[in-house]
Amino acid sequence: MATALIHDRAQAGAIAARRPFDASRLGRWALDGVAALSLGFILLPLVLVIWLAFFRQEIPSFPPEGYSVRWFGAVFDNRSFVGGFILSLQVGVAATLIGLALAVPASLAVARRRFLGRGPINTLLLMPLVVPGIVLGTAIYVFQIETEIATGLPLLGSTLGLVAAHVLIVIPWAVRLVTASLAGFDPTVEEAAKNLGAGPWTTFRRVTLPAIRPGIVAAALFGFVMSFGNLEMSLFLVGAGRTTLPIAILQYLEWKIDPTVAAASVMQIALIGAAMLVTDRYVKISQVV
Amino acid sequence: MARLEFRDLSKRYGDHYAVRSVNLEVPDGEFLVLLGPSGCGKTTTLRMIAGFIEPTGGVVRIGGAEVTYLPPWRRNTGMVFQSYALFPHMTVAENVAFGLEMRKLNRPELAARSAEALRLVRLEGFSARLPRQLSGGQQQRVALARALAIRPDVLLLDEPLSNLDAKLREEVRIEIRELQRQLRLTTVMVTHDQEEALTVADRLVVMADGEIRQIGSQRDLYERPADRFVAGFVGRSTFLEGRVAAPGEFETAGGLRLKCLTDGVSGPAALALRPERLSLGPGPPLDNRLPGGVEFVSYLGAVLELHVRLSPADRVVVQLPNRGEATMPAVGDTVEVGWPRDAGLVFAGQGNPGAAEERT
Repeated sequence: MATALIHDRAQAGAIAARRPFDASRLGRWALDGVAALSLGFILLPLVLVIWLAFFRQEIPSFPPEGYSVRWFGAVFDNRSFVGGFILSLQVGVAATLIGLALAVPASLAVARRRFLGRGPINTLLLMPLVVPGIVLGTAIYVFQIETEIATGLPLLGSTLGLVAAHVLIVIPWAVRLVTASLAGFDPTVEEAAKNLGAGPWTTFRRVTLPAIRPGIVAAALFGFVMSFGNLEMSLFLVGAGRTTLPIAILQYLEWKIDPTVAAASVMQIALIGAAMLVTDRYVKISQVV
Repeated sequence: MARLEFRDLSKRYGDHYAVRSVNLEVPDGEFLVLLGPSGCGKTTTLRMIAGFIEPTGGVVRIGGAEVTYLPPWRRNTGMVFQSYALFPHMTVAENVAFGLEMRKLNRPELAARSAEALRLVRLEGFSARLPRQLSGGQQQRVALARALAIRPDVLLLDEPLSNLDAKLREEVRIEIRELQRQLRLTTVMVTHDQEEALTVADRLVVMADGEIRQIGSQRDLYERPADRFVAGFVGRSTFLEGRVAAPGEFETAGGLRLKCLTDGVSGPAALALRPERLSLGPGPPLDNRLPGGVEFVSYLGAVLELHVRLSPADRVVVQLPNRGEATMPAVGDTVEVGWPRDAGLVFAGQGNPGAAEERT
């Protein structure tokens, strides 16, 4: 990568020397170079993790002694990985569904209606994105303890408590993406539906919902991914012996650094990648995000 | 197809009246146009008929039944929006059938009625297309077909042609007018384009500042404008400021004494002159004939437009038909401008020229 860049620069320099006034060409080369560098920067950790997952030896070292797929088997033999995956999946799906059920009406209100406090409410809905996960986790932890003391409900450590907290992760993404897709949708189309005899619910179901569907699908995908990968907030909220996948990975890393963790990550990457590809067949996510 | 009626209809936002005490009857089958500058209340009025805006006072009746507070989906109005507002994810056929589906028509009848509506707008072959695969004019006709398919009591057109280019606009407005006649639909159209209004309307309503200024035929509005605003908004007028010096005589700010019909007006007033009623001498004797200097000439093809200064404070616009004369007046020429006394209309008061009024 670095050599490629130097080569690019040298070539750009040569061209600039040949045609000293062609600044636009030079600019384009520079832009391509920066883009390639950024892409490499993003992809490098992914490439390394995937590579590592196939190393044969237990202690990762370079160069690898050989290649093997045995770590993928090791993932399934590890009860806390399997249990963590199942819990993360359950929590992610539940939080995404609940988050969408709250965020879609909220987005409609914020995007369409003019009411007192609209601006602050909009900011509040995006807030969980801004507050550090550790802070959010601590706050929810304290809140759940206090609730438990006050009402006697076993909230802390329960799946319900975890789902409720993960809804907070989903909401800002969902609100952002759904309001963005509403912004490109002409509200007079809804008026046309009403004029033709459709009541508010029919109008929403037949006209508004199909129009913002790409936004909702993207919101579901992003919300799920964010919930699935969340570590710092979940750390405070899981019960004894019940961990999410990221926590299971972290706990494993405290004792061992063999490539099992890398194999688990590869499967996670593959799963999310597949989800994105499949969704993109039905809705062009790139149009929304 | 029904009679439409407003009684004392008003819409107030805080202290501001968007529409104020509008009384109007639209007989069955009439094509009525609400005409006025933007912000005059015409769109608010239309939206109160459709049910999108709830009036703060007054009554709306369609076919004798009061609908003032009915939601839009319980009224049988067909609206065509400025932006067409087609359902982007539905085909042309699905768009047109939507209103019929809401009316729970059975399949064969639904198919027959949508096909008929598409035939009316000459888009039979387009039923499987999506709106984005159509041109602006075609989208507009789909919107029209969708509104016609439900056989509305009243057809409402909200600046339906303003997104089309000039040539197409002329075509589509004639098409709309012919359809309306053929189906004998009670129709209310909102527009700020007076040429459009004059072409299609049976009757016109000129609105300004939320109030009706005048209701009448094209000829009423043009030849007998009720006030200075209408005189300036419908067609063109040059206004000369001044006062009525004596019955039948108007004195301009520049000191010119002009013969006109004063109709009992006295004191400060304005004299409105239609550019095409003015002519250049020499010719038959006229009540008013004054020398002036040509300050501006526009060659518009069918007509030639001159701005002629009659005194330091008075300038008039003269429109001459292009009859192919070899020589045409040029800037700097001195000409004689003449007009009969009945060409000028006198309006009492001064100042407060309407937004549409032309200052020369």
